[in-house]
Amino acid sequence: MPFEVEEIYETASMILRQHLDIRTTTLGLNLKDCIDSDFGVFRKNVYDKVCSNAGRLIAESAKLERKYGIPVVNKRIAVTPVSLIMETHCEPEKFLEMAQTLDAAARDAGVDFIGGFGALVQKGLTRSDSMLIDVLPDVLSQTERVCSFLNVGSFVSGMNLDAVNRIGSMLKQTAAKSENAVGCAKFVVFVNAPEDNPFMAGAFHGVGEADAALNIGISGPGVVRSVVEQNRDCDLTRLSEVIKRTVFKITRAGELIGRELARSLDIGFGIVDISLASTTARGDSVAGVIEAFGIEKIGAHGSTLALALLMNAVKKGGAMASGNVGGLSGTFIPVSEDAGMIDAVCAGALGLDKLEALTAVCSVGLDMFAVPGDTPEETLCAIIGDELAIGVINNKTTAVRVIPVPGKKAGDLVKFGGLLGTAPVMHVNGFSSRDFLRRGGRLPASVTSMRN
Amino acid sequence: MEKKREMVFITVIGEDKKGIVATVATYLYHQNINIIDINQRIMPDGCFVMSMFVDVCDATVNMEELSLGLEKIGQELAMSVQVQHENIFRMMHRI
Repeated sequence: MPFEVEEIYETASMILRQHLDIRTTTLGLNLKDCIDSDFGVFRKNVYDKVCSNAGRLIAESAKLERKYGIPVVNKRIAVTPVSLIMETHCEPEKFLEMAQTLDAAARDAGVDFIGGFGALVQKGLTRSDSMLIDVLPDVLSQTERVCSFLNVGSFVSGMNLDAVNRIGSMLKQTAAKSENAVGCAKFVVFVNAPEDNPFMAGAFHGVGEADAALNIGISGPGVVRSVVEQNRDCDLTRLSEVIKRTVFKITRAGELIGRELARSLDIGFGIVDISLASTTARGDSVAGVIEAFGIEKIGAHGSTLALALLMNAVKKGGAMASGNVGGLSGTFIPVSEDAGMIDAVCAGALGLDKLEALTAVCSVGLDMFAVPGDTPEETLCAIIGDELAIGVINNKTTAVRVIPVPGKKAGDLVKFGGLLGTAPVMHVNGFSSRDFLRRGGRLPASVTSMRN
Repeated sequence: MEKKREMVFITVIGEDKKGIVATVATYLYHQNINIIDINQRIMPDGCFVMSMFVDVCDATVNMEELSLGLEKIGQELAMSVQVQHENIFRMMHRI
């Protein structure tokens, strides 16, 4: 027998009991070659390209699922930022029609989300970028599967506050047009957005990418939690070691599936994103890992330290396991999608201020959290600005996915259902920063960005 | 020319009982699958684990049918059954 029973049992237990899965196989597609002066032809080209590729992605993913006995939970498509391909068809109705085309292609091919209806506006907005933001409330409320993003800043460009200032109003309109404001869950605003992130809602196919690229997102907070629970009394160095070893193993599984899937699709393999991503299933929780460290509830003092340790160990273990680590790679801490995070907010252990502090060491940012529906637009923009400033100055990706739920107040619970989970509405600081935001303009980049 | 070996691990996990090896082995024989090695152990957590290393190159069923067939046997035995190509163990447990 080439492997010990213990090794086989370890792998089987990860899958059967600890929710190890390939969280997403995301196929990035360049849509620039679909552009046509006839908008009808353009839409047909987009539909055909998405549909045919998505169909193959699903079929080949299913084969590998059976071969390796590991679930491939989500199969998704990411496309070229739509504002770029719409430059010569810059009319609001056409933007909406393009979103509907992407939605129909995703639905007909059987993928749950298609990402990339967004724009890169870190230094300024083109006419097309601006129009895309204008139509987002309609797109996010009238389509089911289309996900949107804006990249409003970067380490070298600073932050485009004029773009940020448009997001508060856009989110409020989207919230008003969709049930439980769920349209807002399909929009994420970034700084330093990676062009190969496989996770929704922020996935898009970057302009520096090839015609197609396959990116894999692995998961496994349950696996990490299990190994932490088996090491209750060790010190931080040892704890980091055991997490690294575990993440190494699960990343290798992702690498195997990714490379084989890319080969069967006859396209280039992009990256493995080694982010720990929670689901609403009990035990599949990043907060659960932090609590297994010995923190009573995530949000208690010590949580930032614990998350920093976890992030660091995840990155190191993953980096040794794959030559193509990319995307966001770290740890997500969404509120509504993680049972432990929901519990912590409901128990009063975790508030928005501590959540922001946690995001300074996690891989993404303020994710999937609800705020009262009467939160002023400027306050939404200020929440976004604060979070994104952390990313711009510290040269890391940060992002915000906030849901202002009409008619709800702090302490209420909002059920989105499915993967999006349940969000406790969080208290928002009531003091205003309107006069500061009204200044507009651009946050200059950090002095440490001047490296040339 | 001899066919290339196609190695798969079948793992049965649960409470120890009579007839586990016999039931699985009989099923594999009917699918023309050759058992190369068998190992079983009671784990420190009390779980019984039986692992079979098999060659499916001459199998009369594909991986999906094999998984479904063994899943059904697992239900009859009230045990979990995993069917996995050996490459996943090679990737996860060997550098």
